[in-house]
Amino acid sequence: MKTSRVRESLLAGARGLYMTVISLVGSITLFVLSVVSIALIVIGIGVFTTPVVLTAVRKYATLHRLHAGEWADVRIPVPYRQDPARPARGPAGQVERCTRMLKDPATWRDLEWLLVNMTFGAILAILPPALILYMAYGWVLACGVWKPIYDAGGGEWFAFIHVTSQSTAFAAAALGSAFFALSLYVNPLLLRAHFQLSRTLLAPTATMRERELALRVDRLEETRHDAVDSSAAELRRIERDLHDGAQARLVAMGMDLGTIEAIVEKDPAKAKEMIAKARQNSGEALTELRDLVRGIHPPVLAERGLGDAVRALALRLPVATDVDVDVAGRAEAPVESAAYFAVSEILTNAVKYAQADRIWVDVHHADGMLRIAVTDNGRGGASIGSGSGLSGIERRLGTFDGILAVSSPVGGPTMVTMEIPCELS
Amino acid sequence: MRVVLAEDLFLLRDGLVRMLEAFDFEIAAAVETGPELAKALAELQPDVAVVDVRLPPSHTDEGLQCALAARRARPGLPVLVLSQHVEQLYARELLADGNGGVGYLLKDRVFDAEQFVDAVRRVAAGGTAMDPTVIQQLLSRRSANEPLGALTPREREVLELMAQGRSNAAIAAQLVVTERAIAKHTSNIFAKLGLPVSDDDNRRVLAVLAFLDQGR
Repeated sequence: MKTSRVRESLLAGARGLYMTVISLVGSITLFVLSVVSIALIVIGIGVFTTPVVLTAVRKYATLHRLHAGEWADVRIPVPYRQDPARPARGPAGQVERCTRMLKDPATWRDLEWLLVNMTFGAILAILPPALILYMAYGWVLACGVWKPIYDAGGGEWFAFIHVTSQSTAFAAAALGSAFFALSLYVNPLLLRAHFQLSRTLLAPTATMRERELALRVDRLEETRHDAVDSSAAELRRIERDLHDGAQARLVAMGMDLGTIEAIVEKDPAKAKEMIAKARQNSGEALTELRDLVRGIHPPVLAERGLGDAVRALALRLPVATDVDVDVAGRAEAPVESAAYFAVSEILTNAVKYAQADRIWVDVHHADGMLRIAVTDNGRGGASIGSGSGLSGIERRLGTFDGILAVSSPVGGPTMVTMEIPCELS
Repeated sequence: MRVVLAEDLFLLRDGLVRMLEAFDFEIAAAVETGPELAKALAELQPDVAVVDVRLPPSHTDEGLQCALAARRARPGLPVLVLSQHVEQLYARELLADGNGGVGYLLKDRVFDAEQFVDAVRRVAAGGTAMDPTVIQQLLSRRSANEPLGALTPREREVLELMAQGRSNAAIAAQLVVTERAIAKHTSNIFAKLGLPVSDDDNRRVLAVLAFLDQGR
């Protein structure tokens, strides 16, 4: 108990010292840079430097959050607004990014925090190491160092004790020891206080949380809209396919059968010919229905689930494809279906545009997240832009809170990864 | 020849029963669910089973799983699997044990009664009957630089029919050439693909499929 208390106190002291240095150096530098950078917006340069500096501030704050969690068990949530899924590029994108960051109230609270952190934060952080080191200083004085200082005319004050003799030096050492004893009790609390002070400014406020919720509602509305739209479009496509395809063929077949009935005795040869045609029509109607079913919900997916459906898909590709599946169970049908069609479209792209001669598909599920990676050794250059098939996939995955990321440098390789939160059954 | 039939759609089951009876098969059992099929296969020891992939109660690939399980219990048990759609994945699983006596056909193939019955007989005799769709998929996904590229169009046709499980005589009849010509084509194909010549029908299909399976 005793030793652990000493260890904790010493640890808090070391961490406090570290936080002091970091708080002073980091906060002052970043605060100055931010102020200068924001001031420079007037002449244009700031537009380009501000996002960089502010991003550094956020990283610095995030590091602070990390230490707070690890060292003092103080959880500080992240309040920043989400970047848009498809940020604009070029100078216009820079301006937009700059404006977005400046409009985020969290940015201004970050700057306030820098000020507080370099003053009160640093003071709180220096106390734990000071309480420990002061004892060492007291004993150094008591060991005779007080004398040369006193002789040199220095009226050394150790806290409230004026050190002018060996006895007062011993008193200083005793007081230092008392400080150390105090540190055993207060050091972890002081470090905690340092981080709690940060939390008051770094954590999102109630209005920010409300706004966050409002944004989330907006996003949900958007994805619901997308889902409704795409399912309506899907129904129209199915209706049209049935109307123009299988239905028409069955009507033709019925007509042919009627004619056959009428002529079978007069002209058996002609009737036989028409029977052959009717049979052909029925075969084609079946093929069309089969393709339609495959487009709605592929049979292997229904029968075996995502893993085997992707394997079956790979077998039909003209490119050698390795499929690695680690999914113990089945996801919900809509998730399976969305994931399957996303993989299907990505594979089609890889075959069509990437000129790949090898593709790897990796499907696995861990920690409530279905992760799929499709990699090809093609020529790369794919991107999630307006009008590309990938943004369509991204939107459809959005309905399930899923995300899509593409890494495709020109020259390849291309790697498309998807993550969809879901539970297996 | 005694047949166990598993098909959950009444109309199709009834039609199959009547068709097979018309061609002098004896229907040992005509069942509609997976558990019934498993029981019938274990107890009735049929000469051949004709099985729909998707069966109740799960309405997934229960029929296929039953057939595979029955073949594990009794290796070489002839099974002809019918499906609304064909998947290479399932074809591979059926062929995987290398025992022969398997077939995998689209349900549409029953439109041509004689060809269908021919397929059932072939499977019952230990041969194979693969749906042309499976073979076409296999052939089309091979690129030109592989040995298949060296085949002439005629040889590809012969290979397709051979892979479906047809005999030289049947191929000759279909392509309207002599059986000798087919024999010549097949030995050319085997030579080009580097397969040892064998006159065992079943083996040669498995060899062809095994070859097509390479490089995955």
